[in-house]
Amino acid sequence: MSAIKEMVMAKAITAALRDELAADEKTLLIGEDIGALGGVFRVTEGLQAEFGTHRVIDSPLAESGIVGTSIGMAMRGYRPVAEIQFDGFVFPAFNQITTQLAKMHNRTDGRVKVPVTIRLPYGGHIGSIEHHSESPEALFAHTAGLRIVAPSNPQDAYWMTRQAIVSDDPVIILEPKRRYWLKGKVDLENPAPDAFRAQVIREGTDATIATYGPLVPVALAAAEAARAEDRSIEVVDIRSISPLDDETIARSAAKTQRLIVAHEAPTFGGIGGEIAARVAERAHHRLLSPVLRVGGFHMPYPPSSQEHRYLPDIDRMLEAVDRSFSYQRSA
Amino acid sequence: MQPEEVQPVQLLTPEGKLAENEVYSPFIAELGAEQLRELYRYMAMERRLDAEATSLQRQGQLALWAPALGQEAAQVGTIAAIKPSDMVFPTYREHAMALYRGISPEELLTMFRATRHTGWDPRKHNFHIYTLVLAAQTLHAAGWAMGINQDLRLGSLSRDRAEDEIVVACIGDGATSQGDAHESMVFAASYELPLLYFIQNNHWAISVPTRTQSRSPLVNRATGYGFEGVRVDGNDVLASYAVAAKLSAEIRAGAGPKLIESVTYRMGAHTTADDPTKYRSSEEEQLWKGRDPIARYQTWLRAAGHADEGFFAEVDAEYKDLAADMRRSVLAMESIDLERVFDTVYSEPHRQVETEKAWLKDYEAGFAEEQTEAGTAG
Ligand SMILES: Cc1ncc(C[n+]2csc(CCOP(=O)(O)OP(=O)(O)O)c2C)c(N)n1
Repeated sequence: MSAIKEMVMAKAITAALRDELAADEKTLLIGEDIGALGGVFRVTEGLQAEFGTHRVIDSPLAESGIVGTSIGMAMRGYRPVAEIQFDGFVFPAFNQITTQLAKMHNRTDGRVKVPVTIRLPYGGHIGSIEHHSESPEALFAHTAGLRIVAPSNPQDAYWMTRQAIVSDDPVIILEPKRRYWLKGKVDLENPAPDAFRAQVIREGTDATIATYGPLVPVALAAAEAARAEDRSIEVVDIRSISPLDDETIARSAAKTQRLIVAHEAPTFGGIGGEIAARVAERAHHRLLSPVLRVGGFHMPYPPSSQEHRYLPDIDRMLEAVDRSFSYQRSA
Repeated sequence: MQPEEVQPVQLLTPEGKLAENEVYSPFIAELGAEQLRELYRYMAMERRLDAEATSLQRQGQLALWAPALGQEAAQVGTIAAIKPSDMVFPTYREHAMALYRGISPEELLTMFRATRHTGWDPRKHNFHIYTLVLAAQTLHAAGWAMGINQDLRLGSLSRDRAEDEIVVACIGDGATSQGDAHESMVFAASYELPLLYFIQNNHWAISVPTRTQSRSPLVNRATGYGFEGVRVDGNDVLASYAVAAKLSAEIRAGAGPKLIESVTYRMGAHTTADDPTKYRSSEEEQLWKGRDPIARYQTWLRAAGHADEGFFAEVDAEYKDLAADMRRSVLAMESIDLERVFDTVYSEPHRQVETEKAWLKDYEAGFAEEQTEAGTAG
């Protein structure tokens, strides 16, 4: 039996959860509807039947309760993996995540570890109604004590999930829900690179597009389209938002001399601005144009009948590439 | 609709007379004279610590103090009735409980002197760190109790030990309005957790009276979640002990969660930053002064022949020393180093933390160099 399997991202996550449940009896899943139903995205499908109702716990409908009790279980030596049903419903748990989960290790002077993993299906383009398409990563990234990762393909989804669960720190996994059905190869034996590092996934020489999660395939398609105009675009999959691998991003930017950062979340106060500032600090003199951001607008996520205009797509990325090339250095 | 009054369980009247109670008296009968004196000792110790901490704050030696004055019986009675292996999740005012669990005054005061966020090891004392975000700890308590049930299932906790282990979630009357308190009780009921809720109704949430949090006695909440609640006179250490002893034994035996509403009074300010004269009457304060938990117990101990003048004099002397030691240790307290704060943000290395820590080191080294240069030049 080959260790390399073709899987969609959702099933790669299922496989990762199954493998961790099997590896450590102290790993538990908890969340709304994750048992018999297998979660609203079916990511936990079959796991309750396999591991029992005590390992795959259908919780009461209470997000703060899910995270708060996960903290208590983690303090006692368990490794809870909490599922929040949708991005827009993480806010009732915001307090537990930011004031308790993120700070417990620090407040106890390192005595208490809280290895809680929070799975958060996030992002838009699924044509849903409000509160089902948001990208709250910046709100969490601003809080020290949390780790935040976003896989963009099945291989990463599998290994990042496993690495998140075994990490002694709290980790939020942003699962790009519009990519749940994206197919790819998963090498079940050889881990993907460190979950907390960025990766250059396409080499180029003229400009870099750095992005994560749902927009990675868009960036790859934009790079492909740019080839027709003889522009060679490098693509960096950021993968980890906290810690941010600004070194890898800056190295790519210094090489291509132009950087575009893209994410679905609004640009104002977002991760793109943080990356722009960090890259400017590291590689200002190497850049031929300012770091440009492509992202959502300063508005609540719009009704999804308008999301095609709100979400960054290939054209918006290419427009940013053009804009980057339009800057002239004054003598 | 008028809220229904629920008479709290009381064994010791404010005059210090012991009343018979069919259900609860037997729990008191089990206590020997030494144990009875022990209860007094911890109540007196908390009161002394409280007075000293208040004065240290007034002298600018503590950033803040949250007195537990008046709540000594509620806390000591309850914690004395459970086992040292039971995990307690306190708020920020459970000083008597902390002392009872062997946490030193110095450890207790680190947070209030703001030299560290926490002074004690929660596992060593089975006493979690103080939580300032109201009611957040009630969910951690529920999670801990879920962990107990998991341990049982895995067999890593033998049935005997499981019968030995319950969890206590402390919460104030004001904090019962928080969503987390509700969610915790839902989880506790649904999973039949070995969890005892200990509500100290000290009548005020800063300036807001309990009736704004609930029109019905807080004890009635339990019924709504499907478990039992008992209202107890929190200024009566014997009743506090008996009620907690009975309920905790039932929880150990597998009865699921229970709740205590301990009716007491915060005799002092909410914290040293508060001015209670703005929101409550001196008549009310006087009324509760007449119900002082320590005076009441002292009267009875003496009348029942469990303690003589020599004992009280000895306790007094001991706590005079405690106050002096406490002052010395507070003034000598060393602050945590900011480097250490960097080091505990995460368990595992984190790039941004490391970079910022290195930057600060360089930056501060620059000043040190300047100073040496200036020193040489001068
Ligand atoms: C979530 C939250 N909101 C507000 C505060 C500020 N605060 C601290 S204590 C307190 C009153 C709490 O009253 P209660 O629960 O009755 O406990 P007590 O202090 O009387 O023991 C308030 C409003 C806080 N600490 N946390």
